[in-house]
Amino acid sequence: MRKLKRLAGSVMGLLFTAAAFSQPTFPENGVADPRHGHYAFTHATLVKDASTTLSDATLIIKDGRIVAAGAGLAVPAGAVEVDCRGKFIYPSFIDIYTDYGAPQPQRAVTAGAGGFFAQQQFDNAVKGPFGWNQAIKSDVDVYKVFGVNDAAAKSLREAGFGAVLTHVKDGVARGTGAVVSLATAKENLVIIKEKASAHYSFNKGTSTQSYPGSMMGYISLLRQTFLDAAWYKNRPYQEGFNATLQSWLDNQSLPQIMEANDKWNDLRADRIGDEFGVQYIIKAGQNEYQRIKDMKATNATFILPLNFPQAQDVEDPNEARMVSLEDMKHWELAPTNAAAFEKAGIPFCLTTADLRSTTAFWSSLRKAMEYGLTEAKAMEALTKTPAQVLGIYDKVGSLDAGKLANFLVTNGPVFSEKTAILYNYVQGIKYNVKDDSNIAGTYNLTINTPGGKEQYTLDVKSTSTATMWGKDTLNSKFSYDGKQVKLSFAAMPRRQRPAMPAGDSTMRRPGGGGFGGRGGAPDIALPATATRLGGMSNGTEWNGTGVDSLGNQLTWTAVFVKAAEVKSDSVRKKEAPVLGKVTFPFLPFGWAEENQPKQETLLIKNATVWTSEKEGVLSNTDVLVKNGKIAAIGKNLTDPAARVIDGTGKHVSPGIIDEHSHIAAASINEGAQSVTSEVRIGDNLNPDDINIYRQLSGGVTSSQILHGSANVIGGQSQLIKLRWGSNDADLKFKGADGFIKFALGENVKRSASTQGNNRYPDTRMGVEQVLIDAFTRAKDYKKEWETYNQAVAQLQKAKKPLTGLVAPRRDLELEALVEIMDRKRFITCHSYVQSEITGLIEVADKMGFKVNTFTHILEGYKVADKMLKHGANASTFSDWWAYKMEVEDAIPYNAAIMHKVGLNVAINSDDAEMARRLNQEAAKTMKYGGLSKEEALALVTINPAKMLHVDGQTGSLKVGKDADLVIWSDSPLSIYAKSLFTIVDGTVYFDRQKDEQLQQDVQAERARLVKKMNGEKRSGAPVIPAMPSYQLMHSCSDHGHSHGLLVVDAEQ
Amino acid sequence: MRKVVNLVLLMIASVTSYAQANVLPAKAQKGVMYVKNATIHVGNGTVIENGTIVVRDGKIEKVGKDIVIPADAADVVDANGKQVYPGLILPVSTLGLVEISSIRASNDSREIGDLNPNVRSIVAYNTDSKVINTLRSNGILAANIVPQGNFLAGSSSVVQLDAWNWQDASLKTDGGMHLFMPSLMPRPSFGRGGGGGRGAGGPNAGPESDPVKEGLQQLEKLKEFFREAKAYLAAPSHEEVNLKFDAVKELLAKKQKFYVHANTVKQMLVALDFVKEFGFDLVIVGASESWQIADLLKQHNVSVVLQQMHSLPTTTDDDVDQPYKTAAILQKAGVVFAISDDDSQTRGRNLAFNAGTAVTYGLDKEQALAAITLNAAKVMGVADKTGSIEAGKEANFVISSGDILDMSTSNVTDAFIQGRKVNLDDKQKQLNNRYEEKFELKQKKGF
Repeated sequence: MRKLKRLAGSVMGLLFTAAAFSQPTFPENGVADPRHGHYAFTHATLVKDASTTLSDATLIIKDGRIVAAGAGLAVPAGAVEVDCRGKFIYPSFIDIYTDYGAPQPQRAVTAGAGGFFAQQQFDNAVKGPFGWNQAIKSDVDVYKVFGVNDAAAKSLREAGFGAVLTHVKDGVARGTGAVVSLATAKENLVIIKEKASAHYSFNKGTSTQSYPGSMMGYISLLRQTFLDAAWYKNRPYQEGFNATLQSWLDNQSLPQIMEANDKWNDLRADRIGDEFGVQYIIKAGQNEYQRIKDMKATNATFILPLNFPQAQDVEDPNEARMVSLEDMKHWELAPTNAAAFEKAGIPFCLTTADLRSTTAFWSSLRKAMEYGLTEAKAMEALTKTPAQVLGIYDKVGSLDAGKLANFLVTNGPVFSEKTAILYNYVQGIKYNVKDDSNIAGTYNLTINTPGGKEQYTLDVKSTSTATMWGKDTLNSKFSYDGKQVKLSFAAMPRRQRPAMPAGDSTMRRPGGGGFGGRGGAPDIALPATATRLGGMSNGTEWNGTGVDSLGNQLTWTAVFVKAAEVKSDSVRKKEAPVLGKVTFPFLPFGWAEENQPKQETLLIKNATVWTSEKEGVLSNTDVLVKNGKIAAIGKNLTDPAARVIDGTGKHVSPGIIDEHSHIAAASINEGAQSVTSEVRIGDNLNPDDINIYRQLSGGVTSSQILHGSANVIGGQSQLIKLRWGSNDADLKFKGADGFIKFALGENVKRSASTQGNNRYPDTRMGVEQVLIDAFTRAKDYKKEWETYNQAVAQLQKAKKPLTGLVAPRRDLELEALVEIMDRKRFITCHSYVQSEITGLIEVADKMGFKVNTFTHILEGYKVADKMLKHGANASTFSDWWAYKMEVEDAIPYNAAIMHKVGLNVAINSDDAEMARRLNQEAAKTMKYGGLSKEEALALVTINPAKMLHVDGQTGSLKVGKDADLVIWSDSPLSIYAKSLFTIVDGTVYFDRQKDEQLQQDVQAERARLVKKMNGEKRSGAPVIPAMPSYQLMHSCSDHGHSHGLLVVDAEQ
Repeated sequence: MRKVVNLVLLMIASVTSYAQANVLPAKAQKGVMYVKNATIHVGNGTVIENGTIVVRDGKIEKVGKDIVIPADAADVVDANGKQVYPGLILPVSTLGLVEISSIRASNDSREIGDLNPNVRSIVAYNTDSKVINTLRSNGILAANIVPQGNFLAGSSSVVQLDAWNWQDASLKTDGGMHLFMPSLMPRPSFGRGGGGGRGAGGPNAGPESDPVKEGLQQLEKLKEFFREAKAYLAAPSHEEVNLKFDAVKELLAKKQKFYVHANTVKQMLVALDFVKEFGFDLVIVGASESWQIADLLKQHNVSVVLQQMHSLPTTTDDDVDQPYKTAAILQKAGVVFAISDDDSQTRGRNLAFNAGTAVTYGLDKEQALAAITLNAAKVMGVADKTGSIEAGKEANFVISSGDILDMSTSNVTDAFIQGRKVNLDDKQKQLNNRYEEKFELKQKKGF
């Protein structure tokens, strides 16, 4: 105990005034020195909060707290008065998103995690009574591991912060955060609120466990944990003591903060919160301005970082070419993020998080203000809002009596460019930030030499710059650190001497000191023989000793004569920057808000109409589109309200439906387990995928976004319509049945694994067992719930209380399987060879479920009769083969044979490039297998609609169906056909003529931004080398793709 | 262990027994054969309607409109209503080197090391690959077999696709030397774990090294290698033999093409160094960005193989159809170019449809055809033997009942290599027949 005390004492000793906080329980080693830090700051401009400013006011503090703040207050007896004339006092800032003083998470080196074929870790590797997943660390309380960090505290204080919320930035659930002051005192005293918040993220941090390995996995893990925790409330004996779930429950009452870091992740975070009645406070990224209305709709408070992208060096056109418009636009607009929130009326806090260094805070903040953030809002975002969010506004966030004495003393309005923070008081402890003793001015320097007094004039410009002259100008160096003065000088070499205009003290004299050579003055090294002086400032008089070139001892005195002239504030009001527009999506070919396409009444006249219905192909026919639906098909149609499109020589077909796609999602594969039926593609749609537009150009109107083929039972699929520009929720095909991806064969047994596979199954034999096991568990699960529900019903009927009845644990993985058995969710199964196809059919028959669709199904032709009997559909490639063992017997006649046997067959893409030529892929069945043109087109229109259960809405041209259609330049089965218009729900999302205009717009906008970046470089601003804008692309991880130079496979 | 060995042997056995025992290479064509009433797409841009081709002893003797066929001619093919094309040429391929890409044992395309001028693709070319027959079925009768690699990968040979062994197959042995250009483009490290989507690494993450500098240094070393080889080859005798120097003799003598696999403008421009210093006959393979420097390519007489027309645009900002339009831009600038099909899931069989896409986006049909016939032959240095239906060339042509560039009409009914009538059966047709039998589909027609 003694030892501890001494340690504490040594810290406090430094602080001196911190004696006010001596802790009663700690023994004193020495003589008690009780003090109260009682001060009155008078005549200050007191900014109590963002909306209250008092001039000539007084702030009184005692014992680290504010006693009073207001105008006309008397200085109480016992208080030291500090005259703050000309100074401003603000509440110190609060940073709500730091890991200040928290230990840095360390990742154990293991073989686990990462890579599609990497070795996997299935269980939590941390010993203890924790939950199953290593990324859920809700048991962590930062206050237990928090340690004051002098260096970090100093840099935060110098940026103006007095208190921060800190937490351990590690894991999906990160436990609790604590509000601490930035005083360098014993931890006991700086912790303001030990459990102030609970933290979450979409990042598993140091967890070495493989699950989750995808964005949808993160969301599923959170969802299941919510359910598990609710179930755990009753402390089910099967679970034992689960510290993770217990803490999760305990933490629910705190403000919940989710680190999302990106506009779509923000929405994902908010949705998972909504599911469980939690309103997350969202730690944002930099791109929310791109979807500010969606941000507003979350009703969340946001935490905004201020790290903006740097300009890139795009002088070289070859390098500039690879920098995307998106990246350049984001560079230009990212600083508007905070302003966009302010304008939209969304509450937010500002943080130093994500900045390269805390020292960049002010330049970034000023940039945000230059781009529209107001001072009042910035003040609020740094004080009141974070304090209120954390429920500590009674302690910090304004200058009101009773609150902590956390305040800034500045020499001007705090956000003004010229203003400096002089002191940051934290819990009443004074921390110097910038010396305010304005020493600039003229001093008479007298040096007492053996030969008598010598007189010089010293013109001090700053703490490091001074000019000195006697008879001639001297070459000198000067420094002042707030107390100590150092000065050395020597005669200037002859040739460097300038003509001396007498009496002009404002002129910058060559040879003036300045270690940095500031202002272009040559920094001349002094000779070793220079006279050196050193001494102390005693206010307006400095005294000291020295040695001259001959080694003579000297003494000296400098006396202040007059202050330097203060130059008038010449800060130019910066012009508001000229900015490009936000487009929807924030990609090339995106729409400006006012140009977003709308549903139209369209009349296509005199076209060849491919109905994909029993009517077949109709020549010289009109199609009327109204209210998003096909209103009429026939001859000589009219509608005065319609925009008429001449269809002469053109062809109209239903919109192409891609049954197997992996575009427009943040993640595709959750391969960490063999059964992941709980993950949902729909949780992580990404509308910012250029491939949506590219596929519209190929006539695609709907796509089923499938989970990848990493595991036997993969995730839930999402059917979308290609509504280019919409947000994630509006991409979804409304009212469609739910589907789920299964997979068999080489991928799920990880045949291509280079490190050996440790995940069951390793053979097709094991694949069958995984299926049987999963559905067996699902059956038991279903029974368990039925039993429970019956018991509930009986008790309710008997009007008896339900006490003693415990609900089973909800298991989202098994629930999805129960949905399959209940015909509420439908299987799309990746499969190749006949053995596994037959195997799955047998399992399905045995377990009582149906396989809705076999996808890929390259050996489907061998067992088409069995698939037909089972009632399955088939979705296949036209002509792929020989890229792996299980496609050795693949034949391009597959689709035709299956079709002829009677199956409902589709041709799919599974490839972002081929998807825009699906009509041609379908046409190959005319070549291979001799299908008719109507049959061929059906493979990518009505047939996939049927297998997706949306043939009531789309897939053919029929009155009453959704107006999803394409106008082609030629027969849709010809390689020479181009789509001219692609229409979804009666809205023209692709118009080949308009596309040409959009291309020009893209080039013009690129040219503008390249010029602007180059201007930035030429103006001397730092630029980073041009970095090509690579695109992460998700795939099945089943086969290769030709996607160009800048595409990076997300799975590798 | 024994089990593993057995397994491996089994795997090798199962994947190396490629040959389709019942599909035999055709016997040499002797005497005279006529193809009449044909729409002849010569391959050089011209079309002869209702024409006749005279083939003697494997070579084209005559092509024209008004050729009289003797009444007693025994070997006459009536191509009435059909289209005749030169045998299509796949300009860049690993055909016969790779049977199943994911099975290592069936893969002979990439040797270890960066400097492999002495490696020759022809010796690993498997004439019994089952993939070959599927290409013939789509009219492809010759291919350039290219070794893969990280840098100087070795020499390619042009083969015709109906042969008992690689010696028989070779049309031009070691016709080209292949350099795979370093990327010359920085690449950030893409962080794992969480986030999802872009961002984590982000555009500001910075490269791990300077690939441009490293790549240029590597290329400088290659030039030194060529300089030393040149000096070595010029010397009357050597203390010891250097196989790598010997392997570039033909290249330095300008008897071999220099194929540089490159896509970015920087990569392609750097490749010009080899023209300037060594006078190599340069072919750029890949060339996805060639549309930006078409005039420079023309100016320096560089020919191009567009490796994958069916590709996404390089950047998000590009014209959505840019890859489809590149061929027309090269054509307009006068660049000699060939179209290839590098798709690893279809193994080149869609070559003609890649050319068809180029038609949709600006080429005319005969120009597009030339890009997979005569111009491909020119690029590969075999235009004296094949590539067009002209007198004096080998009788390599295909007959299709419809437009071969369009999948909805393409239907190859006959193919001739050196006048030999090629058996167009392939494994896939056989499997088709097998299951048409099983399901009794022969009688059925659609629904």
